[in-house]
Amino acid sequence: MRNKRVVITGIGVVASNGIGKDAFMQALREGKSGIKRLEELEKLNIKCQIGGVPDLASINLNDFLPRLFVEKMTNRGIIYACLSGLEAWKDAGLAPNDDEVDYSSGIIMGAGDLTCSSWINREFPTYLIDRGESRKLGSRTISESMNSGAAAYLNSLLGLGNRVQANSSACITGSEAVSMGYEYLQTGRAERMLCGSTEGDGKYIWGGFDAMRVLCNDSNDNPAFGSRPMSSTSSGFVPSGGAGALVIETLESARNRGAKIYAEILGGHTNSGGQRGTGTMTAPNSEAVVRCIKSAIEAAEIQPDEIDLISGHLTSTKGDPIEIENWVKALNRKGEDFPMVNAPKSMIGHSIAGAGAIELVACALQIKNNFIHPSLNTEEIHPKISDKIFGGCVPQHCHEREVNVIIKANFGFGDLNCVIVLKKIT
Amino acid sequence: MNMTITQENVKTDLLEIIRSYLSEEIEASEISGDKHLINDLKINSAHIVDIVLDIEDKFDIMIDDDAIGKMNTVQDSIDMVLKKAA
Repeated sequence: MRNKRVVITGIGVVASNGIGKDAFMQALREGKSGIKRLEELEKLNIKCQIGGVPDLASINLNDFLPRLFVEKMTNRGIIYACLSGLEAWKDAGLAPNDDEVDYSSGIIMGAGDLTCSSWINREFPTYLIDRGESRKLGSRTISESMNSGAAAYLNSLLGLGNRVQANSSACITGSEAVSMGYEYLQTGRAERMLCGSTEGDGKYIWGGFDAMRVLCNDSNDNPAFGSRPMSSTSSGFVPSGGAGALVIETLESARNRGAKIYAEILGGHTNSGGQRGTGTMTAPNSEAVVRCIKSAIEAAEIQPDEIDLISGHLTSTKGDPIEIENWVKALNRKGEDFPMVNAPKSMIGHSIAGAGAIELVACALQIKNNFIHPSLNTEEIHPKISDKIFGGCVPQHCHEREVNVIIKANFGFGDLNCVIVLKKIT
Repeated sequence: MNMTITQENVKTDLLEIIRSYLSEEIEASEISGDKHLINDLKINSAHIVDIVLDIEDKFDIMIDDDAIGKMNTVQDSIDMVLKKAA
C-alpha cells in the first residue's frame, strides 16, 4: 500500500522573541532577538548571564488556559507546551473535546527535562525532600516532573484518544517528534497528530551547560550579540526556553475538512553516529550527519538543487563550520550554488529540546508566507564557512521571496541527528 | 496570626483557596458550606492534598491524614480549621 501523504495544518509557538504564531512571524521577519541579560544568573555566578525567556507577562494567560493552570501550574516547560499545543490545535480549525474522546487524533509532545524546569513561586522539589518535608510536595510534583507531563497536561485540555506520548532526544526532540508523527500517519494509524517539543528555562537547566563551558561567555553586556551562529567569533550557545507545536495530518483528512495547509512533509530521516568516529556524547559523527541529510532527501524524493533554504541546527558554537561542511558534502552544492541558510537560534537562542519544534514552526511560516528570515550577527562569517559557501547565502535581512522547499536539521547530545524536508503544497 | 479566627474569616480564606482548584464548569459562586468538594465541586481528588497544603500555609496548622479523610464538605473543612487553629 502506498504511504499516505502528510501535511502541516496548524502551528503554535512560545519563543523568547514572540508568543503566538503572529508575533513570532513578525519577530522572525524583523530579526528581533529574544535574548536578555538575566539578573538571577549574575547573582549565582553563572558565567553566561544571558538567555531567552518567553515573556509570559506579554499575554493574558487566562485567555488561553484554565484557571488551575494559570493559578497553580508551576512548571514553565508545561505551560509553554500547553500554550503552543492549544494554539496549533485551534489554528488547524479544531476544537478541544468537551466530553468526547477523539480516537482519530494523538499527541507526541517531547521534553528535555521537565524536572529541572523553573518552578514558579515554588521550591525545587528535591529541597523539600532533603529537609524531610516530602509531604509538602503536593499532588503535582510527579505530573509536572515526568517527561510525559507536557503531553499529559496538554491532553487534559484536548481529550485526544489515539497515541499520546513524549519523546526525549536532547536537541532533536522537536524534529524527532514531528518525524515520529509523520511516520505514524503515513501508515494510516491516525488522522492527525499534534507534535512538538518544549523546554523550560532558568538556572537549573542552564547551570549544567554553563559548567560544560558550552554557553556564550562574552556577551553579558551585549545580549543580542551573544547568539551568532556561523560567526567567526561565536563563543558558545545562548540558552533559552520555549515550545513549538504542529498539527500534522493526512492530506486526505486535511482536504476532506477543507483545512488550510502550511506545507507538506515530504520525508525525513533520523539516525545516530553511534558516538564513533568524530562522534561523542556532545559532538556529531559527521559521516552520520551527511548520511542523515542524504537519506532525508532520498526519502523526500527530491533533488538537492530543489532546496531553497536550509534551516540549520547552527548553535553559535565551534560546531557551526563543521555543520556547514556537512551540508556542502551531503548536498554536493557549494559556493554560489549553495542554498540560502539561516539560523533561527540567532534570534531565539537555543531552546534545547524545544528548539526543533519552534524552528519547524518557523519553517512552516517561511514556506507558507514566502520569506527567509535573517540570521543575526553574521557580519563576520567564520572563514571555514566563507571558504565553502558564498556569503550571500546567509541572509542578513529578511528576504521576501518564493520558498518552495526547506530542509530542516537538528543535531543533539548523544550523537543524534534528525532531518526533515518540507515542500509547499501544490 | 490566629487572633481573629472566626467562622466567617475562615470561610472567606477557604473559599479563596478552593477557587483555584474548581473545575472550569463550576462557578465560584456555587461554593457553599454543604457542597461536597469532590462530588459537588468536581475537584480532582488528587488536588485535595494541595488544598490541604494551602490551608496549612494559610492558617499555620498541620492537618494529619486522618483529618484529611474527614474533609468531605466545605463546612467539614471550615470546622476542621477552627478546631486545629483553636
